[in-house]
Amino acid sequence: MAKQYETVIGLEVHVELATKTKIFCGCSTAFGGAPNTHTCPVCTGMPGTLPVLNKQVVNYALAVGLATNCEITQYCKFDRKNYFYPDNPQNYQISQLYLPICRNGHVEIETSEGKKAVGIHEIHMEEDAGKLIHDEWEDCSLVDYNRSGVPLIEIVSEPDMRSAEEVIAYLEKLRMTIQYLGASDCKLNEGSMRADVNLSVREVGAEQFGTRTEMKNLNSFRAITRAIENERERQIDLLESGQQVIQETRRWDDNKEYSYAMRSKEDAQDYRYFPDPDLVPVYISDEWLAEIKNSQPEFREEKMARYKKEFGIPEYDIGIITDSKHMADLFEETVAICHEPKKVSNWLMGETLRLLKEKSMDAEDIHFSPENLAKLVALVDSKAINSSVAKEVFEVMFEEDIDPEQYVEEKGLKTVNDEGALRKTIEEVIASNPQSVEDYRNGKEKAIGFLVGQTMKAMKGKADPGMVNQILKELL
Amino acid sequence: MNLLSYSAVELAAAIKEGKVTAVEAMEAVLSKIEETESKINAYVTIDKEAALAAAKAVQEKIETGVLTGPLAGVPVAIKDNLCTEGMLTTCASKILENFVPTFSAEAVINLEKAGAVIIGKTNMDEFAMGSTTETSAYGETKNPWNLEHVPGGSSGGSAAAVASNECFFALGSDTGGSIRQPASFCGVVGLKPTYGTVSRYGLIAYGSSLDQIGPLTKNVSDCATVLEVLATHDTKDSTSVKCEDTDFTSALVEDVSGMKIGIPRDYFGEGIDAEVKEAVLAAAKALEGKGAVVEEFDLSLVEYAIPTYYTIAAAEASSNLERFDGVKYGYRTSEFDGLHNMYKKTRSEGFGAEVKRRIMLGSFVLSSGYYDAYYLKALKVKAMIKKVFDDAFAKYDLILGPVAPTTAPKLGDSLSDPLKMYLGDIYTISVNLAGLPGISVPCGKDSKGLPIGLQLIADSFQEKKLIQTAYTYEKLRGAFGMED
Repeated sequence: MAKQYETVIGLEVHVELATKTKIFCGCSTAFGGAPNTHTCPVCTGMPGTLPVLNKQVVNYALAVGLATNCEITQYCKFDRKNYFYPDNPQNYQISQLYLPICRNGHVEIETSEGKKAVGIHEIHMEEDAGKLIHDEWEDCSLVDYNRSGVPLIEIVSEPDMRSAEEVIAYLEKLRMTIQYLGASDCKLNEGSMRADVNLSVREVGAEQFGTRTEMKNLNSFRAITRAIENERERQIDLLESGQQVIQETRRWDDNKEYSYAMRSKEDAQDYRYFPDPDLVPVYISDEWLAEIKNSQPEFREEKMARYKKEFGIPEYDIGIITDSKHMADLFEETVAICHEPKKVSNWLMGETLRLLKEKSMDAEDIHFSPENLAKLVALVDSKAINSSVAKEVFEVMFEEDIDPEQYVEEKGLKTVNDEGALRKTIEEVIASNPQSVEDYRNGKEKAIGFLVGQTMKAMKGKADPGMVNQILKELL
Repeated sequence: MNLLSYSAVELAAAIKEGKVTAVEAMEAVLSKIEETESKINAYVTIDKEAALAAAKAVQEKIETGVLTGPLAGVPVAIKDNLCTEGMLTTCASKILENFVPTFSAEAVINLEKAGAVIIGKTNMDEFAMGSTTETSAYGETKNPWNLEHVPGGSSGGSAAAVASNECFFALGSDTGGSIRQPASFCGVVGLKPTYGTVSRYGLIAYGSSLDQIGPLTKNVSDCATVLEVLATHDTKDSTSVKCEDTDFTSALVEDVSGMKIGIPRDYFGEGIDAEVKEAVLAAAKALEGKGAVVEEFDLSLVEYAIPTYYTIAAAEASSNLERFDGVKYGYRTSEFDGLHNMYKKTRSEGFGAEVKRRIMLGSFVLSSGYYDAYYLKALKVKAMIKKVFDDAFAKYDLILGPVAPTTAPKLGDSLSDPLKMYLGDIYTISVNLAGLPGISVPCGKDSKGLPIGLQLIADSFQEKKLIQTAYTYEKLRGAFGMED
C-alpha cells in the first residue's frame, strides 16, 4: 500500500504598514513616484546619518499583535541584520531578532474541515529595502531607494497548517484583521502583503517533521495554492525515489508553474545580528498598551453579529459588506444618514459589485461618499427619480463621486409629477396608437406595457411608471 | 600681543571690541598654516577661499549685531570624520577620498550658528581607529612639541592644530580616548562629554555606543565655552539627551574646597611611566592644597576594559563600515568582475590595515557561535564596569588619574606592535564604556620636554565638576606654553 503523507506548512508574512512616513526618517511612503524622489540622507544610508523610530510603526505592530492574541514584549529592541546587497544602502537591515515586539499568538481559521487555531511564533518590525532595476540596454543596474525604509512587520506562524486551503484561510484572516485595523491595505499583487511558504512532508502519524524548504515570490492566492501543491508533490517524489529533501530556499515561477532552488542551507549567510546601537530600546508602558487596546476597532465577527441584530439585512449581504472594512464603513455611514439599511445594502450588493467586477477594482478602491449615496437613496425614496434614472446617476457617482441632487437638477432628470402634463402626453400616446388601444380593450393586458413604454419615451424617462400606469388605465 | 596667542574666547572678545576682525584672525591662522603645516600635517583639507569668505560674512554679522556670542569670528578646525556640507570629508581613508557630504553634522551647525568659522578638516587615524594618527591614508601628523613624535590619536590632527596655533580650537571625537589622549600628548585641553550630550548626527560612526564629539582647546575656559555651544538636544539622534544643566561657563570658578577626589591605585601599577606618575600625583597634591579631599581607592576591573572595548567597538565598526562598498559614493575599484568582486576589490584597496584588522575582529565576535562568548560577554562586562564607577561616584565627586601611561611615543614605534598600542588606551577606555565625561589638562612635561596630561573623570552629566576642578588646577599650574 502506498504511503500516506501529511503536508506541514508555516508562513512568514511581510506586511507593509500604512504609515505616512518611513520607519526611521520623515520621507513619504507613497507608492510610485519617480526613482529616488522619496529619499533623504537617512534612507539612502549616507555616512553620519542616524535612524529615529516612527512611533506609529510601533502602534500598528502592537495593534496587530493584540488582534492576533500575542504576548507583547514591553521592552523590545532593534537589531542589525548584516548582509551586502546594493538594494540595502547601509548593507545592514534594521530588524528585530532577539526581542521581537510580539510573541506566542494565534488566530482562529475556518475551512471545510471546521475551525482550528494557527499559532503565531512572533511578529517583528523592520525596514524594507530599495528596488534594483537591471538595465539590459546599458548593461548596468540602477537602484531606487523610494521603498528603502518603508516599515514592515513580519508575522511568523508556527508550522500548524496542513493544506493550501488552511493557508489561504489563514492569510485571509490576517488580511481581514490588518485591514480592519487600518494598519495596511494588504494587497498581494502590489506587494504590500508578501508570503513565504515553509513546507515539509512526513508520513501520516510520524512525530518528527521532515526537512523543509522555503518558497518565495508568491504574488497571489492562486500562486500560493499551486506552489504548495507543486512543492508537496516534488518532496513526496524525492522521498518515494529514495532521495532526500534538501533544506533550501526556492523561487516560484508562476508562468512556468514550477520552482527552482535559489540557495541551500550550506550557502546560508551569517547575518551577524546584534542590537543596533543607534536606536534606544523601546519601552512599551502599560498605559501605552492600554491606549492601543482601547482603540482596537470592532472586528469582522463582532460586526457581523451586530449587523444581524441592528439592521436585519440578509446574512449573505452581511458577509459581502463586512468582507471589506471600507465597504462596511461606507454602509454604516450611509445608513446613519438615511436610515434605510436594506436599500443601502441593495446598492452595494447590486450596482456597486457589478461595477467593481466590470472595472476589476477592489472594494478598497470605492471612492464615492456616504453622503452622496444617502442622497441617491432619498431621491429614489421620494420618487424624485425613477429606478432606471437612479442607476444612471449611480454610475456617474461611482466614477466621479458627484452630488446626485445637484446632478439630477442640472441634467433635468427629475420625474415629472405634474399630472396635467402627464395626462396630456398620455392622451397623445392613446391617440397615435389606436391598434394597441384596441388590443388592450380586447383583453390583451400586455398591450398596456407598450403604451407605458411609449409614454416614458415621450417623457424622456422622467415619469413615474406607477403613475403612468394608473392614468393609462383610467383613460382607457 | 601676537594675535595667535589669544585663546578662542579672548579672540572673540577682541573681535567684538573691534580690535581685530574675523578676517584678520583667519588670515593670521592661514599664514601660520603656510609656515608650519608642511612639517606638522595637521590638516587633510583646507579651503582658504571658503574660509576667508566665511570669515568676511561672519564679520558683517558681528558688526550688524546679528552674532554676539563668545565664539563669533573664531577660526575652528574640524576633525575629518564630521560631515561638512560641500567640503570633502574623508575620515582619513582612501575609501572616502572623493566624498563631499550634502549636509553638516549637528555639532558643526551649532558652531557655525555661534559664528565660528571653519578653516578645514583635520587629520586623524583612519576612521578614528588608532592612537597615533599614523593610520591616516593622507600621511601621519607630527607632534608640534617634537616632530619625531606622534601627536596621539585618533584626533591627532585637531590636537596638533591647536598646539601649533594652526587654529584657535578644534572638534574631535572620542571613542576610547581619541580626544583626551592626543590632547595630553600635545599639551592642550580635551574633553569627552557624557554619552548623549553632543548629537552624533553627522559624525561618521566608528563605535556608535561609545562615540562622542568634544572640544580640543587652548584652555579650560575655551573648553567650557565650546561645550556650551555643542550641548543641544537633537531629535535626529535617538541617543541625544535633553541635558538640563548646560551653562558650563558658570562652572569656571576657582574653588575646589570640599571636592572629593578619588585616585584609583589600579591606575598607578605596572606599565606607567615614572615621570607621568609623578606629574599626575603632584597635580593631585596641588588640588589637595587648594582644599580638595583627595584619597586613594581600588576601582577594580581595570584590566578588563581593553578586551571589552576592542570587542564592542570592533563589532559596531564592522557593521558601521559596511556601507562603504563602492556602490553609492566614495572610492570604487577600477576593474572588476561582477558585484561581489567589486565589493571585495573596493574594500581591499580602499581600507587600510588597521581598519581591516578591526573589521575582521568585529565580524568574528559577532559571527554565529561566537556572539555569546565574545560580544554578549563584553556587554556584560561593560555593565559591570559601569557599576564600579557608580560605586566610586557614590563616594567621590571626581576620579583623578593619568590620561596615558606614557608621553607621546616616537613615530613608527606603535604600529609595529598594535597590542602595545591598544594597551596605551587603558586609562581612557573605561570612561567610554561607562558613558562618563572625562577631561585632559596639561600637568607637566617629561625629561624630553613632552607634555603630560592629567585626567579627571566625573559621573554622568557632571561636566561642571570637571570644568570647575580643571579650571582651578589650570590657575594653580600657571601658563603652559611651548617655548618657540
